[in-house]
Formats: sequence, C-alpha cells, structure tokens
Amino acid sequence: MATTTMTMARALNEGLRRAMEENKKVLIMGEDVGKLGGVFRITDGLQKDFGEDRVIDSPLAESAIVGTAVGLAIRGYRPVCEIQFDGFVYPAFDQIVSQVAKLHKRSDGVYTMSLVIRLPFQGGIGAIEHHSESPEAYFAHTAGLRVVSCATPEDAYWMIQQSIHHDDPIIFCEPKCRYWEKGEVDTERPPRGLFDAVVRRPGRDVTVVGYGASVRTMLRAAEAAESEGLSLEVIDARSIAPLDLDTMAASLERTGRLVVVHEAPHTASIGSEIVSSLTERCFYSLRAPGLQVSGYHTPYPPSRLEEEYRPSVDRILDAVDRVMEFES
Amino acid sequence: MIGEELVQLLTPEGERVSHPEYESSLTNDQIVSYYRDMVIVRRICTESTSLQRQGQLALWAPIQGQEAAQIGAGRALEPMDFTFPTYREHGIAWCRGVPPEDMLRLFRATSNGGWDPQKYRHSVPTVVLGNQALHAVGYAMGVQRDGAEEAVMAFFGDGASSQGDVLESFVWASSYNAPIVLFCQNNQWGISTPMSIQSKIPLYHRAHGFGFPGVRVDGNDLLAVYEVSKRALDNAREGGGPTMIEAYTYRLGAHTTSDDPTRYRIDAEVEVWRHRDPIERVKALLVREGTVRASYFDEVAEEAEGIALKLREDVLAMGKPDPLTIFDNVYADVHPLIEEGRREMVELGVAGGGH
Repeated sequence: MATTTMTMARALNEGLRRAMEENKKVLIMGEDVGKLGGVFRITDGLQKDFGEDRVIDSPLAESAIVGTAVGLAIRGYRPVCEIQFDGFVYPAFDQIVSQVAKLHKRSDGVYTMSLVIRLPFQGGIGAIEHHSESPEAYFAHTAGLRVVSCATPEDAYWMIQQSIHHDDPIIFCEPKCRYWEKGEVDTERPPRGLFDAVVRRPGRDVTVVGYGASVRTMLRAAEAAESEGLSLEVIDARSIAPLDLDTMAASLERTGRLVVVHEAPHTASIGSEIVSSLTERCFYSLRAPGLQVSGYHTPYPPSRLEEEYRPSVDRILDAVDRVMEFES
Repeated sequence: MIGEELVQLLTPEGERVSHPEYESSLTNDQIVSYYRDMVIVRRICTESTSLQRQGQLALWAPIQGQEAAQIGAGRALEPMDFTFPTYREHGIAWCRGVPPEDMLRLFRATSNGGWDPQKYRHSVPTVVLGNQALHAVGYAMGVQRDGAEEAVMAFFGDGASSQGDVLESFVWASSYNAPIVLFCQNNQWGISTPMSIQSKIPLYHRAHGFGFPGVRVDGNDLLAVYEVSKRALDNAREGGGPTMIEAYTYRLGAHTTSDDPTRYRIDAEVEVWRHRDPIERVKALLVREGTVRASYFDEVAEEAEGIALKLREDVLAMGKPDPLTIFDNVYADVHPLIEEGRREMVELGVAGGGH
C-alpha cells in the first residue's frame, strides 16, 4: 500500500495532476489558477507542467467560466472550473442551474455535461464577507446536478478524480479551513465510491451526520461525549446530493437518535433533507426527533463572530443532550 | 437607418449595388436555391402560427422578416461548423438539416430540445437569453485546442445583447481569439423594448470596444448577409479570431404568439419594413435578371405548401410522451431519486404512452 501523508490542498493538487495525466481532455479553468496556482494554491504548478491551453487563466467572470466550460464539455472536454470562493458562485448560478444541470436532458442524452465545479466552501478562516458561505443546498435542490464534499486528504485525492471521471456535472465542495490539515492518503486505490457515506467513528447512542469541515468537529464532539459516557456514531455524508441514506439509516436504526451538523442556515438545508428522509425511513426506530446543529438564519457574520455562528463541539453536545433527554 | 456603414449588396427594390469591401459570390443557382429556403421557412412559420392559434402548439416564435438574415448566415456555414441558437433560429435549423417537425417539438411541448445537436451540428434551443453565447465561445475554445479548421456561430438578438453572458462571451472570444462569429439579429424590438433603450450606440460598435471587428449588414439582404457571414467564418477558421455581425433587420410579426405588438409599435413603422421584405427583394432580383422561368415562384410556393401540410400532419401526430420519459437523461449515471420517482410513477399506474 502506497500511503503518503499530505495536506488536503496537496491531495487535491495531486489528484488533479493525476487526472490530467490520465486524460488529455481534462482542463482546469478559473481565475488565477495558472501562474498563481489559485489563491489557495490548489492548482500550483499545473500550468507549468500541462501548459496554458490546459490550465486556463481566465478573465474575471464566473458565469463565463462555467458557460464556456459547458461549450468545452459539448466539444468533448472535461473541464474543472475553480470558483475562487463560495460567495462568488452566484454570478454563475444561472449557467449552473439552467444549462449545466439541464443540457443532458434537453439534448436527450446527446450532450454529456462532464464538468466539475470546485467550490471552496464553509467558514473558519477568518475571512471577510462572501468568503465563508455554504451554498450547497441551492445546488442539491437542482435535478441534474450532483454535489459532493471531501473531509479528509484521502477523500480529496480520490473524490476529485472520481468527480472528473464521472459523466454528470458535479459541484465539488472543499472545506477550505481543512486545506492545511494533514492525513494519510493511499494513492493506489480509492477507499470507496464517490457517493457513499462513511462511518468515521462507530458508536451506540446517537448518530451524528455531517460533511466537509463539520466532520472534524463531530469527531471532537464524539471524543468529548465519550468522557461523559455517551457513544456517538459519526457519519461523513461525503455525497450531499444524492445522499447515501442507506448508510445513515442503518446507523439510525441502531441508535434511534439523530443529530445533523452543517454550517448553512437550517431552513431548507441539507440538514432538513437528512432529518426528513431519515424520519420517513426510520420512524419506528426513532427515540427522539432528529435535530440540526447549523448556522443561524442570518447572513454569515463578520468572521470575528464566526465561531459563535458555526457548529461547535459545545453546540453539538448540547443537541446530543437534547436528543438523549427523550424517553423511549 | 441605412448609413454608409451598412453593408448592402441588394436594394429593397432588388437591384444589385456595389460595396467597397464586399462583392456577391453567389451563383444564380445558389440565389434560386436560397430563395426557396426563405419561402419554405416563412411558410413553416405561418403554419406554426396557425397551429398555435388552433391550440396545437403551446407557443411559437415567428421569424417573418428575418429570413434573409438566417438563410444568408445559415448557408454560409460549412457542414463541420457548429451553431448555437436561441429559440427563434428556425431558418438556421432548416439550413443545418433539422427536420421541421423536430423544430416544433419544443413548441408542441413534447420536448425541451427536439433534435440531435451533434447530428446536425446545431445546438438545442436556448430559452434563457444569452446563455448560449458562452457555450459557443467555449466550444470554439475546444475547436482551437483540437487544431480543427471549424468555425462556431452564436446567435442572439438585440434584447440579449444587454445580457451579461453575451458581453462576457465578447470578452472571452477576444481574450482567447476564439474561432467564433457572434451573430446578432437586431430586429429592433426585445418584445416591447425598443433598440433606443437597449443601446445608445449601434450594436456592432460594441465589438470594437472588446477588441475585434464588428460589421453591420443589411439583415434583409440575402446577398450581403451571406458574404459578410462567409468572410467572418473563413476568418475564424483561419485563426483570425472573432467577428461580431449585426444583421440589421426587423421582426414583422409578434415576439411570440403570446405577444401583441400593436400595444407598443405603430403600423407605419411595420409598413416601412414591409417594403424591405427580404423575400420580395430576391424575387425582384430573379425577375429583373430573368434567372428563372415565370412558373418557378408558383412551384416553390407549392412545394412550401406541401412541406407545411406535412408539418401539420406530423405535429398533430405528436402525442403526449410516455410519462416515464420524465426520468430519462436527467443524469448520465444511475441516481437513487430518479429510480425512486420512476418506481413511484409505475406503482401509481400512470406509466405508458397515450394522448
């Protein structure tokens, strides 16, 4: 087994490099992705090695980055678009929702929208406004799109490649505050399918589901809960749309208690979707209503206040206590 | 309206005129053949309007008045070129070989597309104004990367010229010197919005600001549209980069069958443009030059009539699709929610064809 320790940023870079080596049709496009290597250096060195025709420094307009990627996909390319920050994806929203999501259908399957839209998302880096948002639910709501999120360097390395190889358009959400965290990466074979959830920590009492940056927070909460004699089962959803409800339901059937963690406001969120779908599936196993630990229904705050806004270990433990209070 | 910058090779009276930069290369056979195209697409259009009025189509977007702009551009294209239309490019679709009944699937509301875009090298209709201009530039960037000698043509109107996507497509086309022709049919009205609100300068002037040539052509002049389009397409194929063409024309009919143009424009204006009818002026040329026998015009009209009749039959035969097709081609790969929806519909017993 070829295991290497690397940061998530490095893993994404290596994954992109490998996908580009394996398939000449893979292109990278976006603002500052070439010479600069991206503001987070995810594409560092790729333009030098693959040339300006394959790692395309683009003018500054998100709708055009995605819109031209659509044309390249029609031509048979597999573009990987970088949107610099979550809060800047909205100018491209029209192209993503009206075109990327619908052209396969509109062309009766003739067009393959084989493109990946990379989106550094969620908060935690002390940024200014528009740099810390969680827009995943907007895309999950749209038929024709798939939305995934990596939480570890190993998943980052493999999921980016699996997304590039996949024939459906994929919104690839990267938890930017985890870019610099290290982990083991087996570069020989992918540990699991792109759309499979995974149990990151087994437990008995409460099923805790989340994705992206929340996974690390949930694991810390599980450690803290253990000292109080509570056993949390931590599930990394990985795929936001579609959800791997089978893995989540199997856990909830055993624990009977559910907490979902994410950074977006909870109204019409992925958390709402998980709670609703699992309630439908596991109604007779539930010992408490499923709860969400999420952002508040406010704009993302000035980042001096973001740790009060984002799900914390304390807020997760509070939700765990609340689901434990229900008598069964 | 006819300034010195307007490229015109055929006057509204059907007289050839010279232009310092363009000369008609069309043979008599081509002119005769393209006259036929224009008559047929107009007839397809009137038949479709009737079908809509009779409740057989959800909507129709007529092209009366824009036939020379579309047939001129459509016939200048080479088979390997690729085109990106709006929902009004019936003349272009005709030139690309799309069967008329396929053009109407969108309007019959049995499909959101209607034809195989790769087979005809004519993309599916785009209803959100301007989105397709970026697809066209992206496709052209692909052509460039493949080292292929192909050109791409993007269609949009004066209304869409205000859309960000169209203007962004100008930026991208210019930055990457993409092999593209940005073909704007300025039909003077974006539903009720007149040109005077869309732009304070002639639209083709915008191209210069983005760093590539813009040409205004008499959009009701088949000969001129053909030459201007051909040169721009040749230039794109040879690596000369983008050109914007503003085909200065007029929408004689309504924006769509849901529109009532009498509420926002005066009859006198429409009358002026009727005298510039694109089909009549080619007919006048053919008569003037004695290119065809007198019976030719009736023969073409009769052929168009036959095509319209067949179109009517084909459209009426287009029944409600099988409800289960709702789930086809949403994704390229299996998706649990698609499977779930399909299963539910089957269990409810609504599946199966029928009208």
